[in-house]
Amino acid sequence: MDATIQPVIEVKDLEIGYDDFTVMKDLHFNVNKGDIFIVMGVSGCGKSTLLKSMIGLKAPSRGKVLFYGKSFWDQDEQGQKNIMRRFGVLYQSGALWSSLTVGENVALPLQLYTKLSSQQIQEIVALKLSLVGLRGHEDYFPSGMSGGMCKRVSLARAIALDPEIIFFDEPSAGLDPINARKLDDLILELRDGLGATIVVVTHELASIFAIGNNSVFLDETSKTMIATGDPKVLLANSKDPRVMQFLTRGRSDDEQKRQ
Amino acid sequence: MSSEKLGFDFSTPKTLLIKLSGDWHISTGLLGTGEVTSQLDSHPDVAQINFSISPDLKWDCGLISFLLQLIKACEQKKIQVTRDGLPPEAQKLLALALKVHEKTDLPPKERKSFFDEIGEKAFQTGESFGSAFNFLGDITVSLGRLILGKIFFRWDDFMFLVKRCGVDTLLLVSMISLLVGMILAFVASIQLKMFGAQIYIADIVGIAMVRVLSAVMTGIIVSGRIGASFAAELGMMETNEEVDALKTLGVSPVEFLVLPRVLALVLMMPILTIYADLMAILGGFLISIWMFHLNGLEYLNHTQQAVKLSYVWIGLVHSFVFGVIIAIAGCLRGIECKRNAAGVGNATTSAVVTAITGIVIATAIITFICQVLGV
Repeated sequence: MDATIQPVIEVKDLEIGYDDFTVMKDLHFNVNKGDIFIVMGVSGCGKSTLLKSMIGLKAPSRGKVLFYGKSFWDQDEQGQKNIMRRFGVLYQSGALWSSLTVGENVALPLQLYTKLSSQQIQEIVALKLSLVGLRGHEDYFPSGMSGGMCKRVSLARAIALDPEIIFFDEPSAGLDPINARKLDDLILELRDGLGATIVVVTHELASIFAIGNNSVFLDETSKTMIATGDPKVLLANSKDPRVMQFLTRGRSDDEQKRQ
Repeated sequence: MSSEKLGFDFSTPKTLLIKLSGDWHISTGLLGTGEVTSQLDSHPDVAQINFSISPDLKWDCGLISFLLQLIKACEQKKIQVTRDGLPPEAQKLLALALKVHEKTDLPPKERKSFFDEIGEKAFQTGESFGSAFNFLGDITVSLGRLILGKIFFRWDDFMFLVKRCGVDTLLLVSMISLLVGMILAFVASIQLKMFGAQIYIADIVGIAMVRVLSAVMTGIIVSGRIGASFAAELGMMETNEEVDALKTLGVSPVEFLVLPRVLALVLMMPILTIYADLMAILGGFLISIWMFHLNGLEYLNHTQQAVKLSYVWIGLVHSFVFGVIIAIAGCLRGIECKRNAAGVGNATTSAVVTAITGIVIATAIITFICQVLGV
């Protein structure tokens, strides 16, 4: 590990919860440049809540989230906006604006934050859509598209402003294995092409091993993280039964019984 | 500006070497391919384009967009473009963007002409009348099945709906009908004062409110409060596939969701209307005593003489009909809700508009019938 490289995102002593109820506490981890960082854990353990704290939708009860060394929740509104502009988010259900066409969905961030002419915006929109494999779909409405296509449009919107960090909330949720695999490949290609850092919240094992090179494992009962590192290394070396059970789809139990 | 980003080198025969440098971020604006094509036009012998990058090159999709256009332009001119000199990331993105996509067989979006849209609207209006009557039919059938005891009816839900339709609107109905009674008394007094006949305020307030106005005012309040909430609730359920879940369970959504709502509202509307009658008479009473110093007992006597029992029945018929209209408009619009974000909003708006329009039309019809019957 090179100590001089500053992590893109640092999570320090983070505690998240609703009112008096603590969802997760004592979270410490770093996301480095170019990582595909996986936030994993069983359903309902607080993965999505952690993501909300990282993308600025929900203030944590305690602790800090630092982007490039700047604490997000200590910034004023303008400072937060400046940080938010450097990342893109792909929401679980796509979250496309249903009243806008696909092209308008991707164009909106460009209209808001660049000074390009509408002709130029159309060019960039066409480029982003062709990056996600949907060339020429500008005039469709999201309601007429399949779940996989909506996800890819949403990805095109998330990368509209060439973000340095891309957050994915359950990218393969609701997708068949083939489309989920295609999306994983796309994530890898875009990471290499855009040089972006990627944070993925998921519990899809196939994706975790296919794309992740760093991770944090959240445990529901102890309400904190119990493992961190490359998922493949965790699978090979972790001694924690909870982590092993998750990474092997509960198979470790059967194996123990058999022995 | 642009010359800072692009350099041209023709030193190798038949080859153009494009030197890319400077800041290509989209925030600095996009560069068109005009400069390159004009260079190519002045050197028609060029058959290949190579790239070289300077160390100060900074880029994002602005550069990729430029390169894509250039590649397309060169394809037409049959010039070969070698991408080896580009940054490796840019090569990857270009490959991704130029990948042949699988064909999708989505139907193309059609643009409708103005007249097509008018025609479609007209047909839709006809259909929506038809669907309203179909719906009314469904409700009648399920009511019959309820009376025969053939359907699963959740009385807990029904009582909850009764509470929602009745108790939760009571305060609003009190306030509005009290004020309407006062306003009516006020307006009537302006004319009646000229004849010294202020005592007839009692007749006007009593007859007008009891015969129609209480029912109409209550109907408008209830359609805004309850009708809209029915539409939003059922619309959300339709969007969440809860309605489909009922259907696959073999339960008709009309029996399970619509019928209890219609019955609850039809039960509560007359009761609310009677209550509104009392509040309105109280409003007229207060104004007459405070402002015009009429005798309270005399006022009540006048009211009693003026308001015949048949008027109360007419008011109740109004309120019954309005209850049916509001409940059906709310439930129908909710069930018909489109499955997108705007759908629930449109359903709610349309439920209120339909209900209020229906109330006004029904009032006109009932008034006419009463006129003919001479009641």
